[in-house]
Amino acid sequence: MEQLRKVTGVAAPMLRINIDTDQIIPARFLVRITEEGLGASLFYNWAHLPDGAPNPEFLLNRQPWTGAVILLADRNFGCGSSREAAPRALRQFGFRSVIAPSFGGIFYNNCFRNGILPVQLDIDHIKALAAELEPTPAQGVTVDLETEMVSTPGGQRYAFTAPRLMRRMLLEGLDEVALTETFGAQIKEFRDQDGVRRPWVYHIGE
Amino acid sequence: MERTTEIDALSPRTFFEKVWSDHFIADLGDNTHLLQIDRLFLHELSGSVTIRELQESKRVPNSPKQVFAVIDHVVSTAPGRGPNDGRNATASEMIQQTRRAVNAMGFTFFDVGDPRQGIVHVVSPELGIALPGLSLVCGDSHTCTVGAIGALAWGIGSTEGIHVLATGTLQQVKPKTMRITFAGALPAGVTAKDLVLSLIGRIGANGGIGYAVEFAGPVVRAMSIEERLTLCNMAIEFSAKYGFVPPDEKTFEYLHGREFAPKGVAWDHAVEYWRSLPTDAGATFDRELTIDCSTLQPQVTWGTSPQHVMNIDGTVPAPEDFSDAGARTLVERALEYQRLQPGMSIAGMPVDVAYIGACTNARLSDLRNAAAILRGRKVAQGVLAICVPGSTKVKADAEAEGLDKVFIEAGFEWHESGCAMCGNGGAQRLQDLRVISTTNRNFEGRQGPRTRTHLASPATVAATAVAGVVTDPRRLPPAKG
Repeated sequence: MEQLRKVTGVAAPMLRINIDTDQIIPARFLVRITEEGLGASLFYNWAHLPDGAPNPEFLLNRQPWTGAVILLADRNFGCGSSREAAPRALRQFGFRSVIAPSFGGIFYNNCFRNGILPVQLDIDHIKALAAELEPTPAQGVTVDLETEMVSTPGGQRYAFTAPRLMRRMLLEGLDEVALTETFGAQIKEFRDQDGVRRPWVYHIGE
Repeated sequence: MERTTEIDALSPRTFFEKVWSDHFIADLGDNTHLLQIDRLFLHELSGSVTIRELQESKRVPNSPKQVFAVIDHVVSTAPGRGPNDGRNATASEMIQQTRRAVNAMGFTFFDVGDPRQGIVHVVSPELGIALPGLSLVCGDSHTCTVGAIGALAWGIGSTEGIHVLATGTLQQVKPKTMRITFAGALPAGVTAKDLVLSLIGRIGANGGIGYAVEFAGPVVRAMSIEERLTLCNMAIEFSAKYGFVPPDEKTFEYLHGREFAPKGVAWDHAVEYWRSLPTDAGATFDRELTIDCSTLQPQVTWGTSPQHVMNIDGTVPAPEDFSDAGARTLVERALEYQRLQPGMSIAGMPVDVAYIGACTNARLSDLRNAAAILRGRKVAQGVLAICVPGSTKVKADAEAEGLDKVFIEAGFEWHESGCAMCGNGGAQRLQDLRVISTTNRNFEGRQGPRTRTHLASPATVAATAVAGVVTDPRRLPPAKG
């Protein structure tokens, strides 16, 4: 897991509800044999005009948000398709954190595994944060996973809580599979008992 | 915080709590558990990423016999397709890469040309791979579909897939529980698709975040397994990762004799266990919702979220109908994208395309429902009509009944099985068009750039194909001759 302790930088306000993963990266860009280059397809249909030219009005095509590292969104961000290309495209563009009142559950899990910290804050706090940044959008916002605090250039502080295990894995850059492998004895014991209780799980079609 | 890992065996429990605790291996703290995963399904779109990254990590599959793979997402569905035919050259390469890796790893594989090939969530219950009480995951959000046979099934990311392949387990936060009881009875001509669309309209596209949802009540008990599959398919459309119907006698009857279901004594043993799984009387849920179905109408979506749904004879809402600022902005944007005005009727609106397919509504009963309307009728001039059966078996069964002829004579294209135009994985046939569709997502661009999707049941899509305008299937004039 890519380590993340603290991120400071430009926050892009995209305060819309139900931004689904088809918007984050349309399905046609998933037909590929490498995971490199996903960043160029981030929000492709919004970021481009019908003829394929960049849409000059799209937020992330404008200064200072071309260099944004934090995304502000409204509820249910990342709903829909499970595509992991969504957090990967965000990460490859440069994002390290998404702040929203709630997230699609699969996307939420996928974020941690791709170096993105999803932060849950109340929508009123997100709106206040966006309003504060409006006159000076290039000012950096800080998301600190160690202290679980979002701090604004004007000194506002918004506390959040990250899931304990994911927090530890991001802070230390731990390998999730390696962590599970430390439970090898318990996994074996479970399966030995389960194989008696539910044999059809392991002896398939017999 | 309350921990639920130590359970008093005597207290009433929900289906979800029983199945979760039967997969519990270890407590990782903060409500996160290490769970046994009984079945992993891979497909060439997300599964190819999982396999490639597993190989790069130098790890090997832990339980290859419990892993199944299928080619469905980017394969061509053109009649007479070849084994390597993707939607484009890259898709073809993905198919071949997946095939090589899956065969090398020894997973059970339903390749192009195999009579068992089809959309993963159609194939998985059809072959008895999904079973009651199993944990089943796939890098695909619609994995919740097979909750309909009483499995705990959910969509995961491709990196979570690596974890499952390498360890046979997954680290998951235990969700809250919700029960949605459908009371009354469905009126004639109203389907499971209408029911679930109406539910999403009521609960909102985010209403299920953090919940595992049990569907209950007389309406669900009366549903066939295929209707339950349609219902559970769209749990993720209100952001519930898990949706399920606890197993009953219908479930057992449906599964008995299927290729990967237990046989003989093992079957009896399994059924005995499965009978213990339904929610106990008196068990409590974190949230309960009851919906009376007796006045339900056919539904159609007007906007760009599955929550943008209405009775088929209703009118498009206005942004000011919504008190919530976020919802209002979304409605404004949806009206613009869909090129609609508040107050318009959807019924009577011309469509360019009628599409029947996807893991939502492309099983045999769906094709029969559509064919019942198409028989003796023709698709309206100028409407592109496409049917993509949910699996190769569904296609063969439909052909054995002569349904293919009904579709073709009406003017539909009759395709090979696959995910096809539910998403836009390479092909651009629906670009800029207005589509009435049996699929599950009407997101902007979901079916292609600037494609405007309206979700509905197979009967409504068939009636609309014939009329050329959005049509209530109960009001279609009688077929000629």
